[in-house]
Amino acid sequence: MNETVIYSVVLLAALGLVLALILYFVAQKFKVEEDPRIDLVAEALPGANCGACGKAGCRDMAVQIVNDPAYTGCPVCNEENIAKIAEILGRVPEKKEPSIVVLKCKGGKINSEAKVKFEGLQSCSYANSLMTSEGGCPFGCLGFGDCTKACSFDALHINPETGLPEADPEKCTSCGACTQACPRGLLEIRKKREDTGRVYVGCMNKQKGVYSTKVCKVSCIGCGKCAKVCPQNAITLANNLAYVDDNLCIACQKCVEACPTKAMTIMPLDKKLPSAPKPAPAPKEASEAAPAAETTKTEATA
Amino acid sequence: MKTFNIGGVHPNDSKLNADAPMQELPIPKQVCVMVSQHLGAPSQPIVKKGDKVKVGTVLTSNEAFLSAVVHSPVSGTVNKIADIPDASLYPKPAIFIDVEGDEWEESIDRSPEIKREISLSGPEIIQKIKEMGIVGMGGACFPTHVKLMPPKDAKAEFLLLNGVECEPYLTCDYRLMLDHAEEILIGASALMKALDVKQAIVGIEANKPKAIAHMTETAKNFPGISVQALKMKYPQGAEKQLIKALTGRAVPSGKLPINVGCVVDNVATCYAVYQAVQKNMPLIQRMVTVTGPSIPEPTNFLARLGTPVSAFLEAVGGIPGDSGKVISGGPMMGKALSSTETCSVKGMSGILVLPEKQAHRQTVYPCIRCGKCVDACPMGLEPYLIAATAMAKDFEKTEKARVMDCIECGCCQFSCPSFRPLLDSVKLGKATVGKIIRARNAKN
Repeated sequence: MNETVIYSVVLLAALGLVLALILYFVAQKFKVEEDPRIDLVAEALPGANCGACGKAGCRDMAVQIVNDPAYTGCPVCNEENIAKIAEILGRVPEKKEPSIVVLKCKGGKINSEAKVKFEGLQSCSYANSLMTSEGGCPFGCLGFGDCTKACSFDALHINPETGLPEADPEKCTSCGACTQACPRGLLEIRKKREDTGRVYVGCMNKQKGVYSTKVCKVSCIGCGKCAKVCPQNAITLANNLAYVDDNLCIACQKCVEACPTKAMTIMPLDKKLPSAPKPAPAPKEASEAAPAAETTKTEATA
Repeated sequence: MKTFNIGGVHPNDSKLNADAPMQELPIPKQVCVMVSQHLGAPSQPIVKKGDKVKVGTVLTSNEAFLSAVVHSPVSGTVNKIADIPDASLYPKPAIFIDVEGDEWEESIDRSPEIKREISLSGPEIIQKIKEMGIVGMGGACFPTHVKLMPPKDAKAEFLLLNGVECEPYLTCDYRLMLDHAEEILIGASALMKALDVKQAIVGIEANKPKAIAHMTETAKNFPGISVQALKMKYPQGAEKQLIKALTGRAVPSGKLPINVGCVVDNVATCYAVYQAVQKNMPLIQRMVTVTGPSIPEPTNFLARLGTPVSAFLEAVGGIPGDSGKVISGGPMMGKALSSTETCSVKGMSGILVLPEKQAHRQTVYPCIRCGKCVDACPMGLEPYLIAATAMAKDFEKTEKARVMDCIECGCCQFSCPSFRPLLDSVKLGKATVGKIIRARNAKN
């Protein structure tokens, strides 16, 4: 009885020792030299494997950052991440202008009232192949949330009141996954401008004003008033639509004042300047009276 | 009795009031003619505001091969050319014509007698069909002249006439076969001459015994044309299923009916061909079934193209109070209309008004892997798998599951006990895979 126990213990111990030695020598022989900083950098990255950089994942990106000093880096990182990575690698942290996703449509349930109800598969890309939107705008937000499903950071949610997706400025990393998911290309990554507010055209309707105002109260009609008042010449007009160049814009908000349909948007709303600029209060009133008359007219004809 | 062998479903056929006589719908005060009413390259209007037109005046032009022109269905003045929202609410160009009298182009033969002798040669018939803007009247609106010009290496052996009308509720083809059997068969003879085929078979489902009897009787005077009764099953009116049912031939995946020597045309298309070839009359009117469970008297109307849907509904006494949905076409493949101001087009075979309690989708439950959709699919596909891969955006697998063979008949969704939106997901997958394939072909 004792012998059996002793034999087993000795045999197993000997077997373990031999196998351990084999493993040790194999590990020595096939050892892979890896920069220890890669693991550290990978840990400092956001770790969502969102794919915004075009790499297979965050670790792949870390390899690229460590090996290539000229590489600009992860598009999703915030300042904290960038500082950490710079510290690990002993580089100067690059300055990055924070950006955020904006929705170039202000239609939704409130401004573009539903004329039909879509009961099919609740997916924007499917609905886009069958119809305009429930409000009738062929370019507007469908509101079924393909973009919210694409977000890896839980930053986009449909607001049940407006039926439009809204980005959480705290969570959005501007990775751009949602811009790819939108079948109508309504989402754009723009500078965040936390101090002044970001200015953009909240409409993508390329139709003429006579058609677009029938389906939505806040459509850009391509009147060009914004382009005329812009001191930076940042606004261009094409296809009955204005576009604000993000690099030229200084967020002076003159265009927001001038827009007759309120398609020109300033976000967040609390950054909106008090609407009584010194030079001319009279024309401002006129511009506000005009759209009111216009909407009632279209409502009457429609 | 013959039918196709794989899948298919048996919806309640609901052919309401089918034996009521056809009625002619009065011409409305204004018609709105969609500029493009066919499958293929879009057309351009060639009239302008203020132009006087007669019935049969050409309104659009199109240089493309896969195209069909549109003729004025009424006489009057062009009021405007503007975009109006179609059934999908997308704005599409349309020509609005204010109706003044009913003056026809002199070239059109309006006499009631039937012209039996086909004097035109084969190529002349095809040219005539093209000039008269004939498209497939079953709903797909495929330009008919394109079907008559098969590629050099293919030869047609059979002309198959589709009198199946497998969609529930619709009765316009049935009515046409009872009222105009001889004209349909003369049209078919013209198509046979153009295609140089010796044999034509008319397929009619067994739920239309009167039409089968009448067509068989009439076909005795037409050598080469026979009538075949078919077992009732949806979607027998689909091209590939009809070929299988009538000839036993199977169209291989990715091939066309002409590859197995068949050309399929609807009976209503044959009637339009008769009018074009023998009477020189362009496609300016069609038979439209206005029906629904709560419509007091469902009727087939002969109406000019461009008549608003509201005019049809007024003719049957307005929309019943409990209505929830108005559909253009049948309940299986038709499209819900967004407005009753939408105007009739060449492919509109019916207007179906569904009561509120039938109009909506039911709550969706999880897939229970019962396999009913696989049994029902007439193309032998696995709809649950295609839907799942498409929703997971794994389009390689969607393509391997042969999504491009889907004919979008809706049997899978109809048979699903969990009311899953299978057809929707499959259509989404089909559209995306189609794009991927086109991109791949463009690269190579």
